[in-house]
Amino acid sequence: MMEEVFSIELPVGERLTIRKNRIAGKVPSQKRFVIVTGVHGDEFEGQYICYEIARRLMEHLDSLAGIVDIYPALNPLGLDIAERNIPRLDMDLNRMFPGREDGTTMERAAAAIIRDIAGADMCLDVHASDIFVKELPQVRVSEEFADQLLPYAKLLNTDMVWMNASATVHESTLAHSMNMLGVPTLVVEMGVGTRIDIGYGNQVIEGIFNLMKEIGIWQGEVGRIQYPVISTDGEVEFIRSEAVGVFLPAIAHNHYVKKGDKLGEIVSPLEGKILDEITAGKSGLVFTLREYPFVRKGSLLARILTGIDEK
Amino acid sequence: MRKEEICTVRSPYRQDMVIQGYHFGKGEPTACILGSVRGNEMQQMYICSQLVRALKELEANGCINAGKEIMVVPVVNGMGMNVGRRFFGVEDMDINRMFPGKEDGDTTDRIAAEIFEKIREYTYGIQLTSFYMTGEFVPHVRMMETGFQNTSLANLFGLPYVVVRKPSPLDTKTLNYNWQNEMTAAFSVYTNKNDTIDEKSARQAVAAVLRFLTRMGAIRYESHSGYISHIILEEDLIDVHVLKGGIFKGLVEPGEDVRYGYLLAEIIDPYEGYVKETITAPTDGIVFFAHTEPLISEGNIAYRLIHRLHE
Repeated sequence: MMEEVFSIELPVGERLTIRKNRIAGKVPSQKRFVIVTGVHGDEFEGQYICYEIARRLMEHLDSLAGIVDIYPALNPLGLDIAERNIPRLDMDLNRMFPGREDGTTMERAAAAIIRDIAGADMCLDVHASDIFVKELPQVRVSEEFADQLLPYAKLLNTDMVWMNASATVHESTLAHSMNMLGVPTLVVEMGVGTRIDIGYGNQVIEGIFNLMKEIGIWQGEVGRIQYPVISTDGEVEFIRSEAVGVFLPAIAHNHYVKKGDKLGEIVSPLEGKILDEITAGKSGLVFTLREYPFVRKGSLLARILTGIDEK
Repeated sequence: MRKEEICTVRSPYRQDMVIQGYHFGKGEPTACILGSVRGNEMQQMYICSQLVRALKELEANGCINAGKEIMVVPVVNGMGMNVGRRFFGVEDMDINRMFPGKEDGDTTDRIAAEIFEKIREYTYGIQLTSFYMTGEFVPHVRMMETGFQNTSLANLFGLPYVVVRKPSPLDTKTLNYNWQNEMTAAFSVYTNKNDTIDEKSARQAVAAVLRFLTRMGAIRYESHSGYISHIILEEDLIDVHVLKGGIFKGLVEPGEDVRYGYLLAEIIDPYEGYVKETITAPTDGIVFFAHTEPLISEGNIAYRLIHRLHE
């Protein structure tokens, strides 16, 4: 059943509407599981996940015990033009939570989203990476809620669980606000901005069914599930550009490298020169790799998960 | 006057972006004044340029007090200004939400860190800045309630109002917040414009900063004593929302005195031109903030009023 979570009149002949699909199972239960995505308008990985989860659930309502709420587009205007932030306002919706009931339009939208999800048994916020780097499927968990979330994060069939990672788990995010309200909320990140990797999507979808099974919402079949590497910030090697130019990778994403291996080059198109050769400072798995070619000093080129052996 | 390169950002396709600091006087780092951190803060850049001009003249006349050193940084995001972008680079990052920065972080982290390193030692920090809501303000000094804020000092600018804002998670990465955390007495000065230049309010801001520097014993400058500022808590401002989206026809300006029931604005239907909604003052007060864009969405804040307690 389609429901409106938030709706306001835009200036010119249109309403901004945030919608959800409420899928109620045939097995009686009070449980509610929430999947949200599209908080950033340049992230589309969650679109496939929402579609496929909804499709499978609708086909097997007799295996569903409770409710699954799917919110595919928290920032619908951004998604429509593939703009990360809220168009016109140019603010990151995922830095506006928990919002304000009496605030500006989008502060109200943020508050309405929080109000609507509150009371759920669990929430999953699906992100793609931005357009700059490609990511392996991973769950990001802040240290503050790690004890509570880690047992669930391990179930999601991702390659890794990254504890206390980046801005994704900051205070003004949806995930932080929901966790503060007592709704265990996990953040999944995968792929690259403005694209859909169906392989990654299918991997995470199995994990979502696995998680739903574990919390008693899903009673149907679940595919094969892998156990993720659990990593902390100390085990992640950040490789950043110290030159300004165009990055040409020498390796593939999701690739094991040894210390000293060449990861790529930064070149000058004008001079026809190699400005910097990028090598791995430590051995490990390249789980993040730059997709966007232009780099400045400080641009993220790769992240290596250290302390693990090649499979 | 001494020029210093605070930070240089290189690009393969453009000239370097050199963030310049202009030093006046010699001695303890007394006051730092920062202009446009965002690419649309034209008024802020203009005010700083006029401060550089005035301080140069004062220095030539021996009016910078002995043992006091002042630095003005008129422009941070010059690259953004030249291409009409509010935020920095292809990543579209807001430098004013990256403080205190990270010297080994992403490009904007590094820019913020390099700037912060050069300005953290100053006793007084003054930032000419803009707000996340687009519109016009009554000129005022704004401070974060960090526990270190000193509203008595803010009065010395002689602007009509001092506003104290309870920081939200969104605010904790701003320069003002982080300056205060480093024990710099930090003030954000707002005039009525951002992306256009208003000569009258720019002159008022230049006079306010010079007045403050005089009162802090940094310079000798003959000026009008200004206003005895009224201190307002941001939460006490009265928000006037619109109930419908459409063309916004504002009828009052910041600083205007309005009475209960007074017509503040009309919302016009963008297709048929009729008045969809009239916005009236919910109380007697003074217009502190006014929405100025031609369009407005349902629920947005059209005005913020200072409730008038006495005739």
